[in-house]
Amino acid sequence: MGVGWSPWTALMLRRAFQVLALAVLIGTVCFFIARSLPGDMAMRIAAGRYGYDLVSGAAADAVRTELGLNQPLLVALLQWLRDVVSFDLGVSLISGRSVLGEVVEQLGATLVLALTAVLMAAAIGLPLGVWSGLHPGGWVDRITLGLAVVLRATPSFLLAVTLMLVVAVKLGALPVAGDANAGGIILPALTLALGLGAGLARVTRSAVLDALASPAYEFARSKGLSDRQALLRHGARLAALPVVAYLGVHAVFLFEGAVIVESLFAWPGIGHELVHAVFGRDVPMLQGTALCMAIVFVLFNLLIDAVCLALDPRQRIGGRS
Amino acid sequence: MLTRRDALKKGALAAALLGSGGLMAQAPRTPLQIVGPWEIGGLAPTNSGFVFTRLQVTETLLNAQDDGTPLPGLAERWNRSADGLSWRFTLRPSARFHDGSPVTAAAAVRCLEAARVAPALLSLAPIRLIETEGASTIVIRLREPNASLPAMLAHSSTMVIAPASYGVDGSVRSIIGSGPYRITQLTPPQLVECAVFDGYDGPKPAIDRVRYLAAGRAETRALMAESGQADLAFGLDPASLVRLRGKRNLTIVSITLPRSVILKVNAGLPALTDVRVRQALSHAIDRGGIAKALLRDPELAATQLFAPSLKAWHNTALPALSFDAVRAKALLAEAGWKRAADGLRDAKGQSFALKLRTFPDRPELPIIATALQAQWREIGINVQVSVGNSGDIPLGHRDGSLQLGLAARNYGNVPDPTGTLLQDFGPGGGDFGAMGWSSEPLGRALSELKRGDVSAEKLAANRLEIARILQAELPVIPISWYRQQVALSSRIRGVSLDPLERSYRLTQMSWRG
Repeated sequence: MGVGWSPWTALMLRRAFQVLALAVLIGTVCFFIARSLPGDMAMRIAAGRYGYDLVSGAAADAVRTELGLNQPLLVALLQWLRDVVSFDLGVSLISGRSVLGEVVEQLGATLVLALTAVLMAAAIGLPLGVWSGLHPGGWVDRITLGLAVVLRATPSFLLAVTLMLVVAVKLGALPVAGDANAGGIILPALTLALGLGAGLARVTRSAVLDALASPAYEFARSKGLSDRQALLRHGARLAALPVVAYLGVHAVFLFEGAVIVESLFAWPGIGHELVHAVFGRDVPMLQGTALCMAIVFVLFNLLIDAVCLALDPRQRIGGRS
Repeated sequence: MLTRRDALKKGALAAALLGSGGLMAQAPRTPLQIVGPWEIGGLAPTNSGFVFTRLQVTETLLNAQDDGTPLPGLAERWNRSADGLSWRFTLRPSARFHDGSPVTAAAAVRCLEAARVAPALLSLAPIRLIETEGASTIVIRLREPNASLPAMLAHSSTMVIAPASYGVDGSVRSIIGSGPYRITQLTPPQLVECAVFDGYDGPKPAIDRVRYLAAGRAETRALMAESGQADLAFGLDPASLVRLRGKRNLTIVSITLPRSVILKVNAGLPALTDVRVRQALSHAIDRGGIAKALLRDPELAATQLFAPSLKAWHNTALPALSFDAVRAKALLAEAGWKRAADGLRDAKGQSFALKLRTFPDRPELPIIATALQAQWREIGINVQVSVGNSGDIPLGHRDGSLQLGLAARNYGNVPDPTGTLLQDFGPGGGDFGAMGWSSEPLGRALSELKRGDVSAEKLAANRLEIARILQAELPVIPISWYRQQVALSSRIRGVSLDPLERSYRLTQMSWRG
């Protein structure tokens, strides 16, 4: 990026540009995908709105007239772009509610779920990974490796049903689904967290091993710091970098996993909504949802970059030179 | 900075919350929890009105007995003029909306007018005018007599909501009904919470709070029932039902619904215009096998279109549809189809290949479609299955591209099947009914039923005659009937299921012990 900008400004400018480009690209792509899917759009929307008992040719006609689906493609696309610029994402073709309102509500639910999952994953993965890194080849290391392989290989669907059966049905400790007040978030978050935590433990382990083997750590030890001091002041920061980067990459998978987990646990999140929007040909909802998800990704990446920048003085110096 | 003490405190708090969550699940007086597959797809009565009528949050002008006979609802009485062209409905004077305002004829007329737009079923009624007569009488004037009007006024799309429910643009913004329950929390598409409405003019229900959750997956619903979280779990898949039957804390109650799995046949196609070919298709279907292996309920194999629960329409004199591959092959040979190495061919050497459309909203449909495909292969007919969207069948009907369509048709959409049958088998056929087929005697019988101006005996005879014609001509081929199976927790009693799926009948339920 340009000379004279601080690394922070450069980062912000880069991401702001990305958000804009993404918005236009995603909105346009979604629009064309939804329009080019096989089947009649009005009929799909009618089926989405009224269900299989009431969907009919007459219903589709009413939908077509109401929504002006006969207007040319380009006109509809330009109209959407104009609305986006004025922060108007339109109304859902199926429910008739404001897209922005629905997305904010559902994205909020998904974010709460994803953040809880990240915190759980960190609580599980970090201590195990650090311990394994400090004692490579020990029994914790070996058990973590075994667990990581099993958990990463288990599809979230299977994991979710197993957790429901064991924790909710057999132990009766938590609700199976859909009760946000009575700890209903714990099982879906745990489903997402177990896989993520398993990966996190392995990445943390290698990061800690690498940090311990680095010249910087060796120097810290030779200047007279105790193991504990050297680890906390020098090793931890060094090891944190790959861990943070790993979390950034895997947040994407978290959203992906949320589609299945949300529909299983009846969690009113955005993954669930996106699937419905695709089936119902709800173009504004599809565009709005995809757009907001993309923005969240960019913001999340921004956060990760910022954390890395704050953690790693080398990046800040490199940016200035 | 998070100190260790803070962490411990928070941990203890989390543990306490978790513990209380566990306890709450077992405490006897949490809200009655219902779980079902039906999502709230928008607040307009045509979209999701059924969610609110079933929860008894909203009322329709009329209700219906199990057999479809009209009962008073919001309208305490009604009458029809001698010429059958004007209907008068008088509202219960003490009825109140949940915002405290009285239920007026004007409020009801506004909702009925909205329900006249397709696809709401009232759009099928020959209505000339809906008007008020004083504060509490609604007059509906018709262009021609229509005996199904009371049934249509029991459909959820005609539910009456308060004027305050509508936004300035005329769309529905909230659900302010007049039923015994009022909404305390509504989070579309999944959650509705209700509490007893103190201003209701009828008896006070014993269950004071109810919670409805839409859960998309059958596994989730079954596990919610099994864990005791759900008191009533609807839409259970056959595999889960088998497992749930063994549980001590649950009972499974069931009721036959007026819904049938049907195969819509394009009788306009050269290959299918011959009734013998349609009969052969029907004879090749092992309905018993499908009902036993796929639906896990051998009694659901259809012997005719209308299930026995549709008492007035189920014609006991008809010979049952039977599985007879030999007869099927003989009928095809009679119709000029010859067996070749790769299936049947006609005199010109054209192969007998068809495309079957179905949709996955009802999970059993795609599986039944593949079973049909295998069974027809036995008699030499090659069928390709295409699983799409429920709109594909009406679309194929309209543009003529449909060959075979597998759907689940609800003949109890409104309590009187006449309207649905007119849609399906009237002139020009219907989206989920006949295609390229019509019958004059059937049309006559239906229009007499619609007008309702002949004797009751004649009407009864007409219903049986309709069942007979449909059985002989097979414009749609019945496959199976339906049974609603509900898992019931042991903490409630007084549960009865509504075969018309209009209500959960919450007001009749009470806590056990």
